[in-house]
Amino acid sequence: METLIFYFKTYPTVRYSVLVLTLVSLCAALLGVSLVLKRFSMIGDGLSHVAFGATSVATAASFTPVYIALPFTVVSAVLLLRIRSNTKIQGDAAIAMISAGSLAFGYMILNLFPSKSSSISADACSTLFGSASIIGIKRSDVILCAVLAFVVLFVFIFFYHKIFAVTFDENFATATGTKAEIYNTLIAVITGVVIVMAMNMVGSLLISALITFPALSAMRVFKTFKKVIICSAFIAVFCALIGTVICILASTPVGSTIALTNIAVFGIFYLIGALKSGKK
Amino acid sequence: MALIKTENFSLGYEGHVIVEDLNFEVNEGDYLCIVGENGSGKSTLMKTLLGLKSKMGGALIFGNGLRKNQIGYLPQQTLTQRDFPASAYEVVISGCLNRSGLFPFYSSRQKESARYNMKLLGITDLAGRCYRELSGGQQQRVLLARALCASSKLLILDEPVSGLDPKVTQEMYSIIEHLNSCGVTIVMVSHDIEASIKYASHILHISHKPLFFGRTEDYLKSDVFKVFCNTSKTDIAAMIPPQSDGKENN
Ligand SMILES: Nc1ncnc2c1ncn2[C@@H]1O[C@H](COP(=O)(O)OP(=O)(O)OP(=O)(O)O)[C@@H](O)[C@H]1O
Ligand SMILES: [Mg+2]
Repeated sequence: METLIFYFKTYPTVRYSVLVLTLVSLCAALLGVSLVLKRFSMIGDGLSHVAFGATSVATAASFTPVYIALPFTVVSAVLLLRIRSNTKIQGDAAIAMISAGSLAFGYMILNLFPSKSSSISADACSTLFGSASIIGIKRSDVILCAVLAFVVLFVFIFFYHKIFAVTFDENFATATGTKAEIYNTLIAVITGVVIVMAMNMVGSLLISALITFPALSAMRVFKTFKKVIICSAFIAVFCALIGTVICILASTPVGSTIALTNIAVFGIFYLIGALKSGKK
Repeated sequence: MALIKTENFSLGYEGHVIVEDLNFEVNEGDYLCIVGENGSGKSTLMKTLLGLKSKMGGALIFGNGLRKNQIGYLPQQTLTQRDFPASAYEVVISGCLNRSGLFPFYSSRQKESARYNMKLLGITDLAGRCYRELSGGQQQRVLLARALCASSKLLILDEPVSGLDPKVTQEMYSIIEHLNSCGVTIVMVSHDIEASIKYASHILHISHKPLFFGRTEDYLKSDVFKVFCNTSKTDIAAMIPPQSDGKENN
């Protein structure tokens, strides 16, 4: 407890970081329900590698990573979604190609143009796995993330019913005059935004955990869309808070701590789900 | 002007034509049944009319200011995943979405219409149940209620009664007939030739080539119908005389 209070008092950014981590997890989880149901979980993974590639380029050119990574990832998200709806190219193969390609490209750039301030492995490590400790998060990132998170939350609540309709039955939505294409693109764009935000915090490899685990946990127990959304939002916030506390107390890396917390919660929900269906 | 009109219309998949030279029109208040054997392209025709896939040639004209958000659609099959969490109510009310514009929530009128349609199809007590845990016939009724929520002018139904028990099938036909008498135009794919003849005002019979399009009473006299009935071994031939007599006396 004392360590916690000490951290909160000594490092003002810790307070913001906790807030932002919670917001990012929340956004990822809300979006995750839709992505998992649309069989887009792998897109999150592929995009996080694109973001990694873009970040490496930005680091090499000494730009602020987010300004490069954001547009790049969003554009790739929209493109990947297009490929997905075009039946001739295999969706998962395309994702694997883009994902591996960006990873290789990013690491190559990091090696060819090493930054002066830190070592290659440290750079790669922090982009892939996130900041090693919670104090490493920069204040400018925190503010940007908070703004983006609120935008994503607003968009999600505003288009909630449309997102449901497009996720549940795209053909029906299109046939009856809902512009499914627009909402799919919207989902792709906010996916891109969430991934870039999350990458600063938890690193590109662990983003999939934030996106998929809350949704999968909630789906073990709940059977309606609304309940699943609400439950995964709670799981995300809970895991983010518990995860940060653990990572402060045990000085473990932020990303993997939160990811592991999510996995533990999934285990619990799996059991509850099994008990529930066993009782019937 | 016709609500839907096609001229030398052809449809198919990836360069492979399934039906060509299709000429028919649907006027406001019509009740069109589309019949034909399995694989003759009925569902494909529905999807092409709805813009879910592109046509291969010819012209498709929508008249009377028909907008997409005035169409209700019941697909033959939905690709819902095994594990999709959605309650029956959530599915039904998603049909109302096409008229809410940018407004983020459902109005009380839309909620009312969802409840009304669920009651109409006798699925009120399924409202909170998980859609994927319903039986095939129950799911079909949920999707029908959704289609009813979406339509105000035109209802496109792809085999609406498949999987329904005889009682509900009968109720279904009455509901559709009632809607039709209230001015909703019906386009329906059906294998139930008996019911098609009984309820429809027009019949379109397709089989790679359009075999017949016209009023139901003319269809009954056509060779296409006689051949189709003999091969399908139903004893419908027996019902022709009284039906056509009745029409002639008019
Ligand atoms: N996605 C597809 N790609 C290529 N060909 C298809 C596709 N879907 C259907 N077909 C072919 O198009 C033809 C017409 O199919 P359609 O589903 O329209 O038949 P239908 O008249 O609705 O049959 P049913 O009575 O069984 O519902 C069939 O020969 C089928 O093999
Ligand atoms: Mg069909």
